[in-house]
Amino acid sequence: MAEAVAQNIIFGILVGALYGLAAVGIALVFGVTKILNVAHGELMMVGGYLSFWLFTLFDLDPFVALPISILCLCLIGAVLYKFLFARTVKLPEEEKIKNTMLIGFGLTLIIQNVALLLWTADDRGITTAYSGQAFTLLGLRFPYVRVAGLVISLVCLFALHFFLRRTYMGKAIRATVVDWEAASLVGIDVHKVYLLSFLIGTALAGVAGTLVLVSFSVEPAMGMHWTLKSLIVMVLGGVGNFIGTFFAGILLGVTESTAAFFIPGNYRQVVGLILFLLILIFRPQGLFGRKER
Amino acid sequence: MRIFKFIAIALIIIALVCIPWVIEKESIINLFIMTFLYITLASSWNILGGYTGQTSLGHAAFFGLGSLVTRQLWINGFPILPSIFAGGLLAVAFALLIGVPTFRLKGVYFAIGTLTLAQILNITVGNVFPTIGALPVEDLVTYQLTPRYFLFLGIAVIVVGVSYLLVNSKLGLGLMAVREEEDAAESLGVSALKHKLLALGLSAFFTGLGGGAFAYYFVSFYYQYPFTPIWSLDMLTMVYIGGTGTVLGPIIGAVFFVVLKDFLIRNVGQYHLIIFGSLFILVVLFLPGGIISAWKKIQDARIRRSKPNIDALTTEGES
Repeated sequence: MAEAVAQNIIFGILVGALYGLAAVGIALVFGVTKILNVAHGELMMVGGYLSFWLFTLFDLDPFVALPISILCLCLIGAVLYKFLFARTVKLPEEEKIKNTMLIGFGLTLIIQNVALLLWTADDRGITTAYSGQAFTLLGLRFPYVRVAGLVISLVCLFALHFFLRRTYMGKAIRATVVDWEAASLVGIDVHKVYLLSFLIGTALAGVAGTLVLVSFSVEPAMGMHWTLKSLIVMVLGGVGNFIGTFFAGILLGVTESTAAFFIPGNYRQVVGLILFLLILIFRPQGLFGRKER
Repeated sequence: MRIFKFIAIALIIIALVCIPWVIEKESIINLFIMTFLYITLASSWNILGGYTGQTSLGHAAFFGLGSLVTRQLWINGFPILPSIFAGGLLAVAFALLIGVPTFRLKGVYFAIGTLTLAQILNITVGNVFPTIGALPVEDLVTYQLTPRYFLFLGIAVIVVGVSYLLVNSKLGLGLMAVREEEDAAESLGVSALKHKLLALGLSAFFTGLGGGAFAYYFVSFYYQYPFTPIWSLDMLTMVYIGGTGTVLGPIIGAVFFVVLKDFLIRNVGQYHLIIFGSLFILVVLFLPGGIISAWKKIQDARIRRSKPNIDALTTEGES
């Protein structure tokens, strides 16, 4: 019994890391640029399919090919930003959130249906030599692929943290979050900051998508599910605190998997959502967010 | 001018009433029915999302509840109109229940909170009613399109009428005050929570009626289907395409939405959603106030062209 619960918690953490990674991408973009990119899940799906292609067409291991899919996602992100989202930069905040959300819905339709044409509606997964394997520690199973996912998520998170704390551009991003007008007055190129944040967001979507491909499978309609999860985790963690966002993801993962142990599996997601609503109502600033003023 | 407007509206309604006798083709009647349904949904959403400024992504819950209750009552022998009314009422009850906690949330948080609630209901209904709800044979035999056409037309007219009355009422002004600046509205004695709850209740009621009509019209559908988030997204999409916070905006948006989608499905088949998505993005980018703002822009341009002096005077005055 205790072992089964522990095993469930482990799986919850491993899945939650994916939720966290997906949410950090959407939260970074939203926190810095106020672009609510609801096509984030779709970008993850594109990242997953790119890795799928690289694997099936060129026999590239998805973990080795990760830099390639990151690069491709950055290119896609740059195009999306330049042609679509950059046009909303000058709008007042509320309008901007609204309009970018709508653009995101439009993108969702386009990307989903292009994916349907390119890859059909089938679930696509890949099988590598290490796919089904796991190591055992203290009687608990740790699938290699999922653990690798957790490690990669943590690496991304710490790289992001280091980048935001220690580099000039990172500091510029943080300054822009606090006050974009003041930031531009002291010579920070706000447009560049926005573009960069958006690219980091899409790159993270690419990583997350690849991890979804190796841990589960991808299909054209998966985007909505992941966008919803990411939004929920973003709000749960509190906007503007990426480490908090990540832990909120893990919390959601653990809640879902332990709930699955006690109640019928198809209500698993409901428990997570109810927990989310309760937290949202009693702590509107999120679990790890600071109260505004 | 006002009289002309009323005559025009009356003529349009009379024309719409005559349509089932004039047009024989069922596909066109169906297209009209879908347009009325979407006008109903968009206008109801607009009461909360447009006038009151509370962007809800959870209206699928009200739509779904309306359809579920109506369908269950109706196939168990209740007459259709009271069943639809009951569906609307249950939607209101649910709305008021969730309204108090969710209105603690603002902006995007409200949107995501309502989305979550709708998802909870969506998953739960999917678990409790996992089957397709098909009509019993005796109802299939007597199935007729014309009464359904009038039902949808009637509900759409009522919703649009209520929206119109709302804009010109004290309640409507209160709603808009809450949208513009909640604190200022409160300081003038307009209770923000009360107004938001009223708007939510009205909005949920009409969305529920739409759901009830849906359950009367569709022969078979998964009980879960009306609860899926795509309905909420469609409502929001239509209102923003048309223009938020106006009576005409949701109507234009709904007609644009249904007619364009139908046109694209007929002509470009599997590419229709790709093209629809692209067009939709273009509207958002170039007409941020919705299609209705284009009309205003054209009018402004015409006034400026016909009276160049006024323009020159104002710019001089400003400098």
